[in-house]
Amino acid sequence: MTPGRPRLRRTNPTPTATETGIQMNIAIAPHHQAETSFIRRYIFSTDHKVIGKQYMLLSLTMAIIGGFTAYLIRWQLAWPETDIPGWGAIGPDNYNAIITMHGTVMVFFVAMPFLLGAFGNYLIPLMIGARDMAFPRLNMMSFWTIFVAAAVLTVSMFVPGGPAAAGWTAYTPLSDNPIYTGVTWGQNLWLLALALEFASFLMGGINFLTTTLNMRAPGMTLWRLPLFVWLEVTAAVVFLLSVGPLVAGALMLLADRTLGTGFFRPDRGGDPLLWEHLFWFFGHPEVYVVALPGFGIMLEVLPVFARKPIFGYRTMVWSTVAAGALSFVVWAHHMFVSGMDPRLATPFSVTTILISVPFAILVFCMIATVWGGSISFTTPMLFALGGLASFIVGGVTGIFLGSATTDIFLHGTYFVVAHFHYTLFPVTFFGGFAGLYYWYPKMFGRMMNETLGKIHFWLTFVFFNAVFIPLFAVGLRGNPRRIYEMSSYNFLAPVQHLHVIATIATIGLLVGQFAVVVNFAWSMARGKKAAANPWHAATLEWATDSPPPHENFEHVPVVYRDAYEYSVPGEANDWIAQTEPAIGHLSHVAAD
Amino acid sequence: MLTGLLPANASTFGGDIDHVFWLIFWIVGFWFVLAEGVLAYSLVRYRKGSSKRAAYLRGDSVRQLAWVLVPAAIILCLDLGIDRAGASAWDRIKGGIPPAATTVRITAKQFNWNFTYPGPDGKFGTADDVTVENDLHVPAGKVVRFELRSEDVIHSFFVPEFRLKQDVVPGRTIAGWFQADKPGTYEIACSELCGFGHYSMHGNVVVQSAKDYEAWSHDSWTPKTASNKSNADSD
Repeated sequence: MTPGRPRLRRTNPTPTATETGIQMNIAIAPHHQAETSFIRRYIFSTDHKVIGKQYMLLSLTMAIIGGFTAYLIRWQLAWPETDIPGWGAIGPDNYNAIITMHGTVMVFFVAMPFLLGAFGNYLIPLMIGARDMAFPRLNMMSFWTIFVAAAVLTVSMFVPGGPAAAGWTAYTPLSDNPIYTGVTWGQNLWLLALALEFASFLMGGINFLTTTLNMRAPGMTLWRLPLFVWLEVTAAVVFLLSVGPLVAGALMLLADRTLGTGFFRPDRGGDPLLWEHLFWFFGHPEVYVVALPGFGIMLEVLPVFARKPIFGYRTMVWSTVAAGALSFVVWAHHMFVSGMDPRLATPFSVTTILISVPFAILVFCMIATVWGGSISFTTPMLFALGGLASFIVGGVTGIFLGSATTDIFLHGTYFVVAHFHYTLFPVTFFGGFAGLYYWYPKMFGRMMNETLGKIHFWLTFVFFNAVFIPLFAVGLRGNPRRIYEMSSYNFLAPVQHLHVIATIATIGLLVGQFAVVVNFAWSMARGKKAAANPWHAATLEWATDSPPPHENFEHVPVVYRDAYEYSVPGEANDWIAQTEPAIGHLSHVAAD
Repeated sequence: MLTGLLPANASTFGGDIDHVFWLIFWIVGFWFVLAEGVLAYSLVRYRKGSSKRAAYLRGDSVRQLAWVLVPAAIILCLDLGIDRAGASAWDRIKGGIPPAATTVRITAKQFNWNFTYPGPDGKFGTADDVTVENDLHVPAGKVVRFELRSEDVIHSFFVPEFRLKQDVVPGRTIAGWFQADKPGTYEIACSELCGFGHYSMHGNVVVQSAKDYEAWSHDSWTPKTASNKSNADSD
């Protein structure tokens, strides 16, 4: 019997009034009154639920820019000599700016705020049974910082000299000396926007970590946390540990551009490869910062609609922690042909390819979670499964790029483009949409339309694959990325028809997204009222109203069991909520 | 049909790279089909209504986890096999530069490739050096050493049919090599974003038989030298 862990000592599963009082004091640290004025409630709110929705609105708004730039890029690549409907002709310098904005917006202003900002903020306190985040004001500040960052980036698209046009990786000295691109303030503001975005997620990450460690409801041990929380927190820690070097790098680059230093300029004694190291030391872990929350969402959805416990809960926790740790020692696989010492290639190949092991475990456990289930193909489930099936493609194609030898050929080609879209799109959009359809009833108190949801899924799934499968083939023929049009190269003439297919599919993919926009808006007004727990899910966010009241829970919940108790043998229902007292299961609890 | 996925290889080490490519292709192809197959099977087999109740499988016993951990262990072994094959090919390609018959200095700049030959005296930095734009002439079946320099930003020297790619970094000289199998013209692409003209930074490697190369160098080096000289005189 361990002191300090009352759960183990409790023989009567119903907490006494005194116990509850103590527990409430523990769990309600940031107690605050319901905010009444419009501005305090909806704009400068400290409520994690409002902040989560603000992040969602921001990310989905930025996704419009991200999607529109994808359309411009793809149209240009398919039919380079034509005016783009709704835009006009783009020149090669505009093209470079557009691809830079597409990457920047999608990674930093869609994927991160959607998966971490929106879902992380909204769900972590609810899932652990807390009233709010540990630092609600810091949370508000993190949102308004990314809001300013997004505004700065948007403004940068309209300044004289044009927007940044050195790619989302901003390799120096192209990004360093304005004479090479003609871009002046566009690149400076791009750097400023990134630095602000990083500051925002630093604040958010501190909040995620502190909240999860300190504010869990009584009985919510680490091993009872929903996997979503585990993966969000792991992602936050990976971000906290990796972003420092790039913040320094961004400020050094800004100094090169504005103060006349030369950290990355060979003509002033600097070294362009330094930037690549700083960028990718962050840039690779960043992939996991985005991927883990996306997986976290899928992992919440799969057991609910398979009516099965998670298969290998602790194994998955350890696998994702291992993947996060490994992600710190793989960055130079982006630099096999950069000119760094060739003796570094094999060690980085080994670490990179080793990451396939934790991810294989993760994927196999996800498949094992649906194996033997009783699967309902609801919209969130379809998106989670579509994300899993698509991510496998991204995973296996990573091996080709992780091997330094094959990377000599494939580096910087459309194979890379197809590969990372097959990793990031499934987690960001399949994962994100799974989360949206799954938690929308909780967030807005109404169900989304299933028919429209399924149409949205099939359009997304079919067209997504139709965009990027051809691009693998294009890449294998050696087509370099970031090429404004292919006609300079005879060897690319045979793949032009694949670019046309990918472009038509992109248009289909983008048009398909109107289904979710309509569904989102329509359901807000006309959707069926959602019950507190419409999916019969076991985790804590379903133990309160839809939408949850201010401070989330009427009474602080007490947790008695694991997060995924579905189809427990001998039970009448096929699910048991985490809050359900464990009468007759005490031996199981104590052994935990 | 599958072999058409890659462009035809035309260099001596390209075959090594392709070999590793196909090794990875078949290994990951197997796991891809297996994973998607099991997933698809379980979705059909265990759809709601197909059986009474879902199985209560927590996967927290070693016996259950073996279904995941054994495949993962096999994957680990295959990973190491891929690493091994990759490392030995990498060493042959990048581990050192074999004795070369020809050395060329390649200078990349927005948005051109310049190829400098040592000229008739065989030495760089002398008056008879010859620079040609965008067409790299080399002899077939001989090791060609190149030294890459950039005058401005990072470029990347990419010859798809040779499976050759190397970034060109300003402030550094990066040496490498290749050996072309047979005469022909092979395209050079820049594969690192280098500015608005990046898309058109195109060049050719003109691989010639020993005799043709000899003739080309005789023709193009001698008159160039004369004109260089006259330029120098008029300065």
